[in-house]
Amino acid sequence: MSGLTVRDLRVTYPGRPPVEAVRGVSLEIARGESVALLGPSGCGKSSLLSAVVGIVDASGGTVRWDAEDLARVPVHRRGFGLVFQDGQLFPHLTVGANIAFGLEMAGMARAARAERVAELLELVGLAGLGGRAVTELSGGQRQRVALARSLGPRPRLLALDEPLSSLDADLRSRLAVEVRDILQTSGTTGLVVTHDAAEAAVMADRVLRMDDGRLAD
Amino acid sequence: MKPWPASARLWWALAGVPAAFLGLFFLWPAGTVIVRGLLGADGFGGGDLAGSLEVITRSRTLDAIVTTVVLAALGTLGSLALGLPAAWALSRFSWRGARTMRALVTVPFVLPTIVVAAAFQALLGRSGMLGFLGLDQSMAAIVLALVFFNISVVVRIVGGAWESLSPRMADAARTLGASPARAFVRVTMPALRPAIASAAAVVMLFCSTSFALVLVLGGSRIRTVETEIYLQVNQFLDLRAAAVLALVQVVFVGIALWVSARARSPRPPAAVEPARAPRGRERLGIAVALAPTALLLTLPGLALLERSLRTTDGHGLDHYAAMVGDPPARSTLTAPLWQAAVTSLATALVATAMAAAVGIVTALLVARRSRRASALESLVMLPLGVSAVVVGLGLLLTLNSSVLGVDLRGSWWLVPIAQAVVALPLMVRALVPAARAIDPRLRAAAATLGASPWRVLWRVDAPLLRSATAASIAFAFAISMGEFGATAFVARPDRPTLPTAIAKLLSRPGIDNVGMAYAAAVLLAALTAAVMLASERLRTTVGAEL
Repeated sequence: MSGLTVRDLRVTYPGRPPVEAVRGVSLEIARGESVALLGPSGCGKSSLLSAVVGIVDASGGTVRWDAEDLARVPVHRRGFGLVFQDGQLFPHLTVGANIAFGLEMAGMARAARAERVAELLELVGLAGLGGRAVTELSGGQRQRVALARSLGPRPRLLALDEPLSSLDADLRSRLAVEVRDILQTSGTTGLVVTHDAAEAAVMADRVLRMDDGRLAD
Repeated sequence: MKPWPASARLWWALAGVPAAFLGLFFLWPAGTVIVRGLLGADGFGGGDLAGSLEVITRSRTLDAIVTTVVLAALGTLGSLALGLPAAWALSRFSWRGARTMRALVTVPFVLPTIVVAAAFQALLGRSGMLGFLGLDQSMAAIVLALVFFNISVVVRIVGGAWESLSPRMADAARTLGASPARAFVRVTMPALRPAIASAAAVVMLFCSTSFALVLVLGGSRIRTVETEIYLQVNQFLDLRAAAVLALVQVVFVGIALWVSARARSPRPPAAVEPARAPRGRERLGIAVALAPTALLLTLPGLALLERSLRTTDGHGLDHYAAMVGDPPARSTLTAPLWQAAVTSLATALVATAMAAAVGIVTALLVARRSRRASALESLVMLPLGVSAVVVGLGLLLTLNSSVLGVDLRGSWWLVPIAQAVVALPLMVRALVPAARAIDPRLRAAAATLGASPWRVLWRVDAPLLRSATAASIAFAFAISMGEFGATAFVARPDRPTLPTAIAKLLSRPGIDNVGMAYAAAVLLAALTAAVMLASERLRTTVGAEL
């Protein structure tokens, strides 16, 4: 199987009693495919996504890309991008520098970086705004920048955690279509977490439902 | 989200930096003081509690204890008496000059205690501007100086709570038939009570650790536990008694801290309404509320300035000029005063470097809350829990010898070490909230973009902490420059710092000595103010907590 393979993944948060957020989830995503995880808030879908990306530790199970087990691969070497619900743009950097961040980490030369940043700004419909401070952006623009930033280093998998839920309804349905198109044009494998069924249907090729830490069949 | 650093082994390795620093330069010295206080010189075997009791029941000691308590109580009451009306006038209304007044109120907080002591001596001493009041070497003089210092604490804590209190609540009481006075007593006061209690506790803590004020203003008549420790060490050479007294001081500060922890004011809700312009009689009220505070805050500074310029025949810059020449006759200084200024700057620089290195590592390690993080934070805050005098005495008792093959006897290094121990907790206190304010998801975002943990630290944390770090470094520098309590014990007599030189000059007779002390105090105040002004520019919340 090429692409992402998750086997019996578990995420447990310490506490008394410990909280089992994800209780044994298995799923597969083929290269180039987009999958949506749909479920009510608190069902564990964000925890599942975080464990796949590596920003929280799984308490059991495996995450593989192709044949490689990622258990001991730190976040920054997984090559998985992540778009947060509220963008999490670096407040001390301009729009352009935010988008260039991942390219710089990948060791891309300055000239190539500038070119790629312009290309990404174009892709998300923000051409020419590279010099802006991120604090000057509207909510929709921020999410576009977050998307461009994550796509920058060409991640093998792009995870999106409720990417549109902080936006208003009108903008949401428009951006959902755009996200799908962008994932398709860039050929990026996608894993989207959302609580909105319509949004899930638009953004993903396949929808998985999750409830109480498990996938519903 | 995972903590930084991700590896627990690395966390513990880095935690070794603050642990080693505080272990060697604080825990061991302070522990030695306590053990000696309880058990006598050797500390082991044949404990001698009776000897400790004998020291405590001496009439000198009892006197000092009573004086400490009375001074702390009067200082706290006085600070509330002047601070509460000032907090009302400054937080409730906006008017021309409110800004200047607010700035004036915060100035004392950053002034070195020795400067304040010198200023009040200049004002109330026998040949001072208000010398005719006969307050030289009186409790009243010390209480006024304590109030001068602590009005800012009351205004900051209570004013902050008052600002965020909606006037609508009092308005509601008015519509229910309450007079303005009743609305204030029944609605506003209860809402402010936690903030007032918290301010009182903090002021009490500061009042019981005001060594320099009492030493200078109390002269030979008024002795608190802290000055008694100093006298026992320097005049009676009775280290045993000093250690017992230090133990008493630790208990005092412990009680003050316990009270202040209990009275910690809850975070008030965000401000509902901007302050408005005062109307009618409110203007008069503001004038009455602020007049005594304005007088108390400006007169000592003016007196200090005037006395620094007063010469045997009129006024001039003679005392300032004398700072570069030989020390005045009949002083105990052995070198020109400018050398003390250089010593002060050099020690403060070294102390700040030490505090910054340890403080920044600590702030990063405790930014993510966990059990080990709060243990480390408490360890670093410990020096706040004893007075600087105890830190100084501890260093004198332990490190004034050969340590691990390094001979520290009479070493210059003891001074910056003492200052760093005093500055460290305040520095960490200023840095940690800034480090905690960084959303951990921001670091996660950087990691998913391919940044290794070290690069996250360098590219995300460092730039976001830059201004808080610069401000806390300036703060640590200002504290080190003005530090007196600990420095007085470890500074070599032939190499005084500016504060210890000022204290020495003030204790000698003669206009040359006293005039130069005042000139040096003005210089020290100017240096400290310059540093703090630079840090204020960097826009911070330094000192907002304590």
